[in-house]
Amino acid sequence: MVTEKENLDVFVWRGLAETGRFERYEVPAQDSQTILDVVSWIQQNLDATLAYRFACRVGMCGSCAMMVNGEPRWTCRTHVRKVLRGNQLKIAPLRNLPVIRDLATDMDPFFDKWVAAEGHHHPTRTRDDAIEALDPQSPERRAANAGIECINCAVCYAACDTVANNPDFLGPAALQRAWTVHNDARDGDQPAILEAVSGKGGCHNCHSQGSCAQYCPNDLNPMTAIAGLKRASVKSFFKRER
Amino acid sequence: MLDARLYMLQRITALIMAPLALGHIAVMIYAIQGGLSAAEILSRTQGSLFWFAFYGLFVLAVSVHGAIGLRVIIYETFGMRALLLNGLSWIIGAIFLLTGMRAVLAVTLS
Ligand code: SF4
Ligand code: SF4
Ligand code: FES
Repeated sequence: MVTEKENLDVFVWRGLAETGRFERYEVPAQDSQTILDVVSWIQQNLDATLAYRFACRVGMCGSCAMMVNGEPRWTCRTHVRKVLRGNQLKIAPLRNLPVIRDLATDMDPFFDKWVAAEGHHHPTRTRDDAIEALDPQSPERRAANAGIECINCAVCYAACDTVANNPDFLGPAALQRAWTVHNDARDGDQPAILEAVSGKGGCHNCHSQGSCAQYCPNDLNPMTAIAGLKRASVKSFFKRER
Repeated sequence: MLDARLYMLQRITALIMAPLALGHIAVMIYAIQGGLSAAEILSRTQGSLFWFAFYGLFVLAVSVHGAIGLRVIIYETFGMRALLLNGLSWIIGAIFLLTGMRAVLAVTLS
């Protein structure tokens, strides 16, 4: 437990990926303090040039993820108390993404893969058609619902060792979105989705060890979604063979 | 580095290997009841088209399955280019196949 007025020993990554280093800051400990509070305090009181990213501060926008003591976290909803080691915090930019500077990563590869996985809606109707009625209890809708609370924070992407070792791998979040769209009754191009997730960076590369599910701050389970994609691709493989 | 085609190949070869491995173990348990000797094993396998097909198919499935598996490990560990990786995978598969078939022939040729 941190008693009040004690200082935290905070090591923050400064600079670029290759030439950067951890710098040490002393930050006053407070009750109910989050990692984002710590980073903001440093930026506001010690070094205004510290680069980092956040927006909503309530776990909605998915922009504040960083590595905290070696593990990916949404920093606005991570209490210091929960992750403090001794009296130390080590805060680094998110793993598996290019570092822009300090704690800010370039999220482009992450979002490019959402597009590459066909993780977007393929419309079947126009604005003139009636709105399609959906059965919330159908198995497909339930499978789709299981993934829709994703906030694109890339915590799972940072946690995934397959992403680390295979730069082509589309990653848990993009594949989970592909599975969500695949299960959406309103979507009109399931073959395109299966095609997109069956290439050399596709769903079949997942080792099913579940780091993504372990770390997802919204308790989503991309691993299960990816298993669904694998099943669907096997089914379509046999259909095509016949 | 596993696309849908390699994934399917690996699953299908696994499906082939599983019953063959079980069959192998079952025959082993059955055959050693009255003691175990090389002559006894060879008398069963030599000249048998069935055992040649049984273990030949197993070796073929293992070669494909193992080569794909190692291919993934090699790529994720060393990150090779596709051409090199494919070449290496074929070589590994061929080594499995050659050594395996050599053993199969050694016990089934009469
Ligand atoms: S289960 Fe699959 S997607 Fe999730 S972390 Fe592991 S390899 Fe990555
Ligand atoms: S699946 Fe979870 S960890 Fe991954 S991007 Fe979505 S909310 Fe973040
Ligand atoms: S700042 Fe929006 S999720 Fe953390």
